[in-house]
Amino acid sequence: MDFLKDLWDFMKVRKKFWLLPIVIVLLTFGALIVFTSGSAIAPFVYTLF
Amino acid sequence: MPISILGISAFYHDSAAVLLQDGVIIAAAHEERFSRVKHDDKFPTHAVAYVLSEAGLSVSDLSAIAFYDKPLLKFERLLETYHAFAPQGLKSFLAAMPVWIKEKLFMKKMLWDEFGKIESGELSRKPPLLFPEHHLSHAASAFYPSPFDEAAILTIDGVGEWATTTIGKGVGKEISILREMPFPHSIGLLYSAFTYFLGFKVNSGEYKLMGLAPYGNPDGEAVPRYRQLILEHLVDLRDDGSVVLNMAYFDYATGMKMCHNQKWQVLFGLRKRESESELSQEYMDLALAIQQVTEEMVLRLAKTAREITGCKNLVMAGGVALNCVANGKLLRAGIFDKIWIQPAAGDAGGALGAAFAAHHIWHDQERTVNPNGDDAMRGSYLGPEFSDLTVQRLCRKHQAPARYFADFGELAANAAQLLSSGQIVGWCQGRMEWGPRALGARSILGDPRHPEMQKRLNLKIKYREGFRPFAPSVLAEDAGLYFELDTPSPYMLLVAPVLESRRTTPPAGYHSLAMYDRLYHLRSDLPAITHVDYSARIQTVHQQTNPRYWQLIKAFKELTGCGLVVNTSFNVRGEPIVCSPEDAYQCFMRTEMDYLVLGNYLFCKGEQPKWHEGGNWRERYELD
Repeated sequence: MDFLKDLWDFMKVRKKFWLLPIVIVLLTFGALIVFTSGSAIAPFVYTLF
Repeated sequence: MPISILGISAFYHDSAAVLLQDGVIIAAAHEERFSRVKHDDKFPTHAVAYVLSEAGLSVSDLSAIAFYDKPLLKFERLLETYHAFAPQGLKSFLAAMPVWIKEKLFMKKMLWDEFGKIESGELSRKPPLLFPEHHLSHAASAFYPSPFDEAAILTIDGVGEWATTTIGKGVGKEISILREMPFPHSIGLLYSAFTYFLGFKVNSGEYKLMGLAPYGNPDGEAVPRYRQLILEHLVDLRDDGSVVLNMAYFDYATGMKMCHNQKWQVLFGLRKRESESELSQEYMDLALAIQQVTEEMVLRLAKTAREITGCKNLVMAGGVALNCVANGKLLRAGIFDKIWIQPAAGDAGGALGAAFAAHHIWHDQERTVNPNGDDAMRGSYLGPEFSDLTVQRLCRKHQAPARYFADFGELAANAAQLLSSGQIVGWCQGRMEWGPRALGARSILGDPRHPEMQKRLNLKIKYREGFRPFAPSVLAEDAGLYFELDTPSPYMLLVAPVLESRRTTPPAGYHSLAMYDRLYHLRSDLPAITHVDYSARIQTVHQQTNPRYWQLIKAFKELTGCGLVVNTSFNVRGEPIVCSPEDAYQCFMRTEMDYLVLGNYLFCKGEQPKWHEGGNWRERYELD
């Protein structure tokens, strides 16, 4: 819940409400990816993200 | 109760922790020194435990904890970047998301879980958790500990959240960010792309590129041609120093590598260099070209900073501020009266800046500058130290004979004698350095006059590439006798020319000679620290901040007339700099180092028992 509040506050401050549907879809599908694969190791050589 | 703030950088590269009390740095350390994993990016458990122990605090006692960037803002950048480049980058997007959805989006929880582990259970109190922006953390790390009450602030790195470069102004306790250059246009990432193309590792090999650049032929046709190609095709460099990269040539925004190899190969007529393969002249020329372009960018940014802030002094941080060749040129350009650079200018230093930002901005605390003109870094000796008892235990554990000197002056004289006879001495004294450079607390030392010293140190001690240069540590008061440098450089962040009077005449066609012919040509009466372009990366040693190291170099000078020594970090290639006496003894025994000084003890290699170690220790360190 703490995270959802932070996310909402963040979008309000940044005025980036257009990100909301992307975030919802991402979290939904992302949760599927994560909980079915189990691995969350950054694949990058360069830690830009 | 003092205001105690813990600063943290983690989860990208170079994790670190810093403890600040009432605006004074109590301790600062990189996690890699404890975990023994170079550029360790994990939560800095050991470093946090160490810095807290220096003040006898627990996490619950802290006034605030400051993390060095804003994860949600970084996530915004990630989403917008993928959105902008779509449908490109789908593969990288799918690979990046699990890390974010499982971990990084829930940074607060992740941090509290880690703090809970340090406290071995639930925290009795959760201090406020703050997230200053990445470049504000860099700016704060540059300005607050600097010796200036007012200064222009320049931060340049790969990328933080959105910003890749900022120009700001600091006055008293206030910092204002005045200009910002956003991702994907980045000087740091441009330099890293060349690091990658030249076969070095991104985020660690940038130093090698800088060391390779002087081997480029400044008189040849290739360097200006490469420069022109860079400025025509890869980057649009504006008058104010801002850059617009031609993203058709770069892959880092949404891909898995830095650049599009094929396009670069066509552009430069050069194959991407394979790691560890031979370095031909073309690669050296390309390294010089990008180094020159980077210097031009830094100079233009500095001019802009001067114009828009009106300040006489400049402070810098961010990974590009570790480019000491560019820093030296900036100093000599005279745009600013004085320049001060945070010794941990890379991401580790963000921990320090975050803590300072929390103190002066969030806690609204006044800032006072040292009236004697010194900075607040105390020589950057901010890490753990060890006692004679620890060394005695080490001697017992390894059955290692060592000679104890009650009088440090006698030990310094002995060590100086050994150095002057061409011996290589490991030197481990007092508190460990903060920042990527060894500054005489965890260093390997040699005689700079010795013609074979550079070769021997690279190949027999450090086990690293033969072309890499070594730096001098010079008595601060004697720097002008050897180098064209009239300002202190205590953190080895300035490169300056060796005095003309000390140089030898180069042979005809010097720049056209093969790399190793140039390298082994005796360029001055200090061949081990004179790079092929007659420059040196200088550390000025000050009696006030490191009296023992100063005393050793003084003893060396009394013996030889030479007031400087070769100083390289106490490690082998791929290994973090040693932290404890145990790390130092291990490194001493694994390499062909001749002597080791640990506190007041002197170890002679010839007297040590045979070193036994299971497996090949070199395989434990990934080459950097």
